[in-house]
Amino acid sequence: MSDAGPGRPLAHWQHRLAERGVDRQLWLLVPALIFVVALFLYPFFYGLTLSFQPTNGGPFSDYARFFSDAYERGTIWITLRIALPAALLNVLAAVPIAYRMRGRFRGKRLVTTLLVVPITLGTVLTAQGLLNFLGPTGWFNRILLATSLVDEPVRLTHNYWGVFFSLVITGFPFAFLLVLSYLSGIDPTLERAAATLGADWRRRFTQITLPLLMPGLATTFCLTFVLAFSVFPSAVLVGNPAGETRVISLAAYQAAYEQYDYPYASAIAMIMGFVELVIIAVVLAARSRFYTGSTGGKG
Amino acid sequence: MSAFSRLRLDGVSRRFGGQAALTELDLTIESGEFIALLGPSGCGKSTALNCLAGLLPLTQGSIWQDERRIDTLPPERRGFGMVFQSYALFPHLTVRANIAFGLRMRRLPREETRRRTEEAVRLVRLEDHVDKLPGQLSGGQQQRVAIARAVVFEPSLVLMDEPLSNLDAKLRLEMRTEIRRLHQSLGLTTVYVTHDQEEALSLADRLVVLREGRVQQIGSPRELHNRPANWHVADFMGYRNLWRGRVDRLDGNRATIESSGQRLLGEAVGDLRTGADTMVAVRPEDIRVDGPGETPNAMSAIIEVVEYQGRELAAEARTDTGMLLHLRTEQRIAPGDQVKLAIDPQRLLVYPADAARRTDLPASGSEAAR
Ligand SMILES: Nc1ncnc2c1ncn2[C@@H]1O[C@H](COP(=O)(O)OP(=O)(O)OP(=O)(O)O)[C@@H](O)[C@H]1O
Ligand SMILES: [Mg+2]
Repeated sequence: MSDAGPGRPLAHWQHRLAERGVDRQLWLLVPALIFVVALFLYPFFYGLTLSFQPTNGGPFSDYARFFSDAYERGTIWITLRIALPAALLNVLAAVPIAYRMRGRFRGKRLVTTLLVVPITLGTVLTAQGLLNFLGPTGWFNRILLATSLVDEPVRLTHNYWGVFFSLVITGFPFAFLLVLSYLSGIDPTLERAAATLGADWRRRFTQITLPLLMPGLATTFCLTFVLAFSVFPSAVLVGNPAGETRVISLAAYQAAYEQYDYPYASAIAMIMGFVELVIIAVVLAARSRFYTGSTGGKG
Repeated sequence: MSAFSRLRLDGVSRRFGGQAALTELDLTIESGEFIALLGPSGCGKSTALNCLAGLLPLTQGSIWQDERRIDTLPPERRGFGMVFQSYALFPHLTVRANIAFGLRMRRLPREETRRRTEEAVRLVRLEDHVDKLPGQLSGGQQQRVAIARAVVFEPSLVLMDEPLSNLDAKLRLEMRTEIRRLHQSLGLTTVYVTHDQEEALSLADRLVVLREGRVQQIGSPRELHNRPANWHVADFMGYRNLWRGRVDRLDGNRATIESSGQRLLGEAVGDLRTGADTMVAVRPEDIRVDGPGETPNAMSAIIEVVEYQGRELAAEARTDTGMLLHLRTEQRIAPGDQVKLAIDPQRLLVYPADAARRTDLPASGSEAAR
């Protein structure tokens, strides 16, 4: 450091900063940063401050109002009761299918396309299809009636099950694609090694693949859960929006656009976000107990 | 799972689509033997090993363990240990759990599992690292875990697929000794895949040389080193001087060859006729510099390139007739020197030139410049 040339200290600092990841490439992050601030941070803090400025009462009175009203409070439970099982089912159903499809085989592209098509349909089309298929006069019930398996149509729409099915149909492709990519990130030689050590396929799966896949499953669960938790269109279209599928986003919608009480709607939105964060925190805490490093696959 | 006295591969073949990766491999492995599968890249070594392990189904042939046919068994029922080229250590398990895996799969009593794991850890000298994850180990340590994991359950056969190819030169030598030591102390039957002839010669009791999926020669290291069965094997076993020629005269095993205007006297290996095309193979260390004047195979040449290699020098020389020679010598020579060279006729091997395409010729200056 005895070199006192004018360029040296600057170069030295640039080097030190670069080691900590501060260099010119940071400029590449600017568009993303603007995007995050404009579309996420600003509305979030706007909503947060709004929620503490109720039309009447102290700063927390809108939160108190939500939790003191059983009808309102119940929406949390209603939403969780739909979103948690739907997310869980999506992940659990995706695992065996993705496991079977991780290798290369003839027609893989076709099968993958078929499994992923529901993403492109959108919620409204899915709801339409569900009503046609599972509704009281839909094919499903007609078949059941024709084969005399039931005496009167099974109610599968305009209630809990309608929303549940709709969430599974739209959430499964996401879960499947994610799990498939996590699985192909696990080096297939590991299972071959386990086989030469005497593990049958069941133990190869439970001892090697599953533990390595768990972190990926946790992440997948979080993503499908968040998608399911903010369920709105299907709760209205194939659910029972006045009763058992009055989900929390519906409560927020009614506060904002039926009662025009924006501060209260903001408070509900904040509560909704908080519940999601709690669930995600629990799942991620559990995730960190698994091995999360490199699994040597092709990524 | 029990030990066998003999493992027999009978016409083992494997095709990938239309392409044959391994053709008609016949081999009998005696208990306790160390066998090396040797050959250039893509010759089917890994294919053979995976077929043995049960990781690849055969397209033809059968594998017999004494009187029992095993090629239809899945890998977990064959009980062979395998060391993978990429190690394939389980990244989420500690060194100890990795090594114990095979024992746990056999549902041995906990106490015995613990004892044998500790033993294996001591054997590969990893006592200080048992609680680390594989990602926290150096390459050589990972390699030792892979070996310990494959031998801890005392498999009847250990398969190793180029286990040292990812290590640096020094570590490779150390691990080579270690593998030999393990083999001697445990008496494990081993099939070892490598493309390094030196490694194969130093480790194995018997070598199997493959080329394009076919066995070229099976023999002891000495046989392979001194008398390769054909010029491809010779090329692979370090006979760097390969010259085309034509048989002038045959006298029993002694053949007189004409190659680029040079008359050479050598030892015929294989089926030769007068007038036939031949390949002549000589090891660099069998070319003597400043040989006495009137020996057979004397030639004078000019040294072109010299490489320093410790005790020895490796050099390229060109004869008056234009032949390029690779030689090794302890004498001090320098580029531009005019030298007298000689080759012992017994160390000059004459092979039939197969109906090889010209492109099959090794690139290393085997023919005279024209
Ligand atoms: N899964 C596969 N599909 C198609 N061809 C394959 C497959 N595996 C191997 N081959 C082909 O079979 C031949 C033998 O391959 P193999 O892996 O046994 O070679 P190798 O001797 O182990 O080579 P290396 O020393 O490079 O590992 C090669 O030509 C290879 O291209
Ligand atoms: Mg290989």
